[in-house]
Amino acid sequence: MNSNLKKIVLLVDDDVDFLEQHRLFLETENYEVVAAHSRREAEKLLETVTPDLAILDLMMDETDDGFVLAYNIKKKDAGVPVILVTAVTSETGLEFGTVGEEGSWIKADAILPKPIRFEQLKREIHRLCKTDKI
Amino acid sequence: MTDVTRILVTDDEDGMRLGVQRALRKYVASFHDLDCNVSFELDLAASGEEAVERLKENSYDLLLLDYKLPGISGIEVLSEAKKLCPDALVIMMTAYASLDIAVSATKQGAFDFLAKPFTPQELRATVRQATKNLILQRQAQKLADEKRRVRFEFISVLSHELKAPIGAVEGYLELFRSGAVKDEETQTRIVERSLARLAGMRKLIFDLLDLTRIEAGTKQRKLEPIDLGELLRGALELVEFSANARGISLELEVAPYMIFEGDRSEIEIVMNNLVSNAVKYNRDNGKVMVRVLKDARGYQVEIEDTGIGMTEKELGKLFGEFVRMKNEKTRHIEGSGLGLSTVKKIVQLYGGDIRAISEWEKGTTFKVELPVQSV
Ligand SMILES: Nc1ncnc2c1ncn2[C@@H]1O[C@H](COP(=O)(O)OP(=O)(O)O)[C@@H](O)[C@H]1O
Repeated sequence: MNSNLKKIVLLVDDDVDFLEQHRLFLETENYEVVAAHSRREAEKLLETVTPDLAILDLMMDETDDGFVLAYNIKKKDAGVPVILVTAVTSETGLEFGTVGEEGSWIKADAILPKPIRFEQLKREIHRLCKTDKI
Repeated sequence: MTDVTRILVTDDEDGMRLGVQRALRKYVASFHDLDCNVSFELDLAASGEEAVERLKENSYDLLLLDYKLPGISGIEVLSEAKKLCPDALVIMMTAYASLDIAVSATKQGAFDFLAKPFTPQELRATVRQATKNLILQRQAQKLADEKRRVRFEFISVLSHELKAPIGAVEGYLELFRSGAVKDEETQTRIVERSLARLAGMRKLIFDLLDLTRIEAGTKQRKLEPIDLGELLRGALELVEFSANARGISLELEVAPYMIFEGDRSEIEIVMNNLVSNAVKYNRDNGKVMVRVLKDARGYQVEIEDTGIGMTEKELGKLFGEFVRMKNEKTRHIEGSGLGLSTVKKIVQLYGGDIRAISEWEKGTTFKVELPVQSV
């Protein structure tokens, strides 16, 4: 990939403010952001855009939209890092595995609890993008 | 449903133990009203000591316990059983069915008595009664557990709904702090969105208070004659500003003296919610039409809008707690998803009914039936 070009981040969340904030933040960090409010919108975008990184909300219209989307992105290109964000872990006590861990089936490279802190997100992105091709 | 009740029979007479076993082994107690059949599984103990050993190893639903045992007495076994197997019901069997024995055993928690000698029929009848009690106890427990679960779920969803706006506002403040917000236009937008989220949160809290007040039923209901026309004009006034801002016209069609006997604050919650939804979920330059009709049974209030409407699937979920339709049209509209569930509860308090007719992208009509109270 041409390093002069901005890296493209796909941002998917049904919360309009989450999208707005993360778009603003990522743009100041010099990324190009493509945003979608739902899995359906995201899938349409993915027909024409190949992101360098995806940040996906886990629960949208369906409770597993984020998983399904992550799976589809990885199927197309296993090298695209995917960060799932979710507000549910703390309430339900759910624990998710990630790609690196043995036996896990969730196709995500990181799972962050909401609200995500921008600094934390920045660290995650740097970590994932260092070990990956982008 | 078929259940098995586990019984421990304790008696030092061989004949007694075997007699009880014979009478209950093939017995099935049917409880049609509880939709339940129960068969019995028996363990036998020849002494109090043996009974206590059994109680330590197994769990029983029912104990048939001889009062007069050679070693440790029936009463001692009873108090041991209360510790080891607290949910089990105990039936004391005794040859000397005297009042003071009955009293002292009941104090210790015995459920019932069987005076020796007894017939197999008497035994079955007593066991049957105890079994019925067990079933009822368990059903009550299940109901209580279910209630707790529903409550827990409600509170989890609620806390999630309260955290969302906090997270959104925090996020915007973080952006300011990080210096990512540069131009004035973005600044303004962020402040507006933060205020909108806070307003949404305030509405959630108010809706929550309304809902819990209705559910608790503690609020003193003050029934008084309410002029529906006047009340609805009040509801429309509340939304006039936001309706004007979006070019939405408001119409009210009501004859004079449409008097309904009810609690003003409750009927206000109903009408304010429906009227505000009709504006909120309308399109720009749309219309809200409110009509009050009267027939022999009571009043029908119709609130019709020309708004975004709902799909068949969405309509099916309406009136549930925290239900908000998620689609591109509702995305920017703040709400709690509690309003309509409260509305429905109130309408039902009055023996009334509420229905919605809707067509996606065309509009929605809510019909509220308020029967005239027959008091
Ligand atoms: N008049 C209406 N037209 C279209 N959709 C409506 C209308 N009224 C209610 N709804 C839908 O039903 C949902 C639940 O309504 P309500 O319980 O009043 O909660 P809130 O408006 O606070 O979200 C709304 O989020 C909206 O999706």
